[in-house]
Amino acid sequence: MAAKTLYDKLWESHLVKNQDDGTSLVYIDLHFLHEVTSPQAFEGLRLAARKPWRADANMATPDHNVPTTLDERSRGVEGIRDLVSKIQVKSLDSNCLEFGIDEFQIDDPRHGIVHVIGPEQGRTLPGMTIVCGDSHTSTHGALGALAHGIGTSEVEHVLATQCLVQKKAKNMLVRVDGQLNPGVTAKDVVLAIIGKIGTAGGTGYTIEFGGEAIQSLSIEGRMTVCNMAIEAGARAGLVAVDELTIEYVKGRPFAPSGELWEKSVEAWKDLVSDADASFDAVVELEAAEIAPQVSWGTSPEMVAPVTGAVPDPANMANESKRNNYLQALKYMGLEPNTPIQSIMLDRVFIGSCTNSRIEDLRAAAAVVKGRKVADNIKEALVVPGSQLVKAQAELEGLDRIFTEAGLQWREPGCSMCLAMNADQLGDGEHCASTSNRNFEGRQGFGGRTHLVSPAMAAAAAVHGHFVDVRELALH
Amino acid sequence: MKKFIEEDGLVLPLDRANVDTDYIIPKQFLKSIKRTGFGKNLFDEARYLDKGLPDADCSGRPLNPDFVMNMPRYQGASILLARENFGCGSSREHAPWALDDYGFRCVIAPSFADIFFNNCVKNGILLIVLEEKIVSVLFEETSATEGYRLAVDLQAQTITKPDGGQLSFEIEDSRKNVLLNGLDDISLTLQSKAEIQEFESQWREKSPWLFPQANS
Repeated sequence: MAAKTLYDKLWESHLVKNQDDGTSLVYIDLHFLHEVTSPQAFEGLRLAARKPWRADANMATPDHNVPTTLDERSRGVEGIRDLVSKIQVKSLDSNCLEFGIDEFQIDDPRHGIVHVIGPEQGRTLPGMTIVCGDSHTSTHGALGALAHGIGTSEVEHVLATQCLVQKKAKNMLVRVDGQLNPGVTAKDVVLAIIGKIGTAGGTGYTIEFGGEAIQSLSIEGRMTVCNMAIEAGARAGLVAVDELTIEYVKGRPFAPSGELWEKSVEAWKDLVSDADASFDAVVELEAAEIAPQVSWGTSPEMVAPVTGAVPDPANMANESKRNNYLQALKYMGLEPNTPIQSIMLDRVFIGSCTNSRIEDLRAAAAVVKGRKVADNIKEALVVPGSQLVKAQAELEGLDRIFTEAGLQWREPGCSMCLAMNADQLGDGEHCASTSNRNFEGRQGFGGRTHLVSPAMAAAAAVHGHFVDVRELALH
Repeated sequence: MKKFIEEDGLVLPLDRANVDTDYIIPKQFLKSIKRTGFGKNLFDEARYLDKGLPDADCSGRPLNPDFVMNMPRYQGASILLARENFGCGSSREHAPWALDDYGFRCVIAPSFADIFFNNCVKNGILLIVLEEKIVSVLFEETSATEGYRLAVDLQAQTITKPDGGQLSFEIEDSRKNVLLNGLDDISLTLQSKAEIQEFESQWREKSPWLFPQANS
């Protein structure tokens, strides 16, 4: 029997049929929904008088539009000041009620960002196919699931048929060998990968992340890496299942238990690429060569080590790329060859589905403990990824560490990752952000986003500009 | 679903690589619960000088005179010419909805992002991949000739230039079929209902933990 990659195994186990036109019908085990990409899908179902194929295979939560201030959240959905946002969240509530879909509403004690609560609740399981109308669905691949983003028409299709019409992608292995140096995190690894292969480097592929450095990441670290697979153009990112994965899933509210648990663990052990499986493309990185990364431009591939500088596009041979980079520098208000550590910041955002889990908050707290936010920082937000993460952080006293240092402690939501709620950058403001996208205007009209790890964002908050976290004496 | 058979239209050259979905339709406009009305906010941040708000009337907004879309010679364009990795970023289908609502029937570029491609097919928008050097020539010709038009024929997979010259393009059979016939993908899939049910019962037996009962 031919050797298979993990992607091959996940694809084949969910293949309903191959169709005459070269596409395949793939069964979807789990469908997450949020308020932004579902209204038109539900409307479509209603107009066609269709019901969900399997209501229990769906899970919803509002996360993009929700305000993050305690004051607004204490009044539930009525506390949402923006009328258009309120309508969108209320639409999700009423649609889920109408179609019998489980929803963690805005005031549910388990509420949070969809890609944080799925794994946290044990809904995300190894071996599943998972989709959501959000490109960062790739996050769930960290648990050995085939997970990717879909558009609203596909959301409607999955609701109605429990399947997706797809063409199988190619296999890419991104192997990070060796060990990471202290202070270098999962976020730095994935930024370095995107810097190397570019924002279209993974287009047409499912990426499996492997190698010693990846396997030694925690599950939360693996989620950070898989989260940004889409920023390299790959719809889905995967990490093979190992003991850490099984340990992570065990005992979670929706995870199997008893005899079913034993059976599932047995099945999950096969969720690794066969030793002699071949990949269509292989990319290798040396962990020891990866330094803390900072994005300087308007695409996640525009990154540099914190010890480096903004590049000079004049040296670029490709005209289109050179223009692209010049445009980026202009938008960001940066001169070529500017040292990264001299970039002054206006705001700091620690949050998003990329980095808002408990380990991320611990890393940031360790940096700010006993220190104060720099004078030139107008606002520094810490937005935990879910109410459960928030509660855990408060148990550990992290919230007090942040507030005593001058950072704001908020309620869970997508917040400043994308300016769909009140948390936004002002025109021309530079932000150290633990999110995943730095496109023009992403965090606010004219806003200038720099993608970094939680520790790097925290260090930037304290110093007012980027510094190398490896050089800080930490508590 | 909307069909695409052919289009003879004015070309708008958007000379910018890696046009992402935030550039195409900024996130504040995603708050709409409708599928229509996004055309006026297409390329909003480049197109207007002020900041756009959802549901706001755009007729009085100050236009950016330097943005190609606002130039008189490109009014009424229905074919967008773009650079590599067009549509990268988010899975938001609002991006093709905005292009469609504005009036674009077709986008020509050296490469497109994956999720964006699928979303366009579902909205009857034809995406044509051509080699980078051919696209560069089209950019030159479009700028040099006011009123530059192309005639796209999906069945024949050809693009005819004003001088009569023809380019041919590749497209996956499945996508071509969906576009030419305006096929409703859900109805099509439901024709395989029995097969889906059969798969499901076998899968439930093999992996029972994937079919949760009501939980606490």
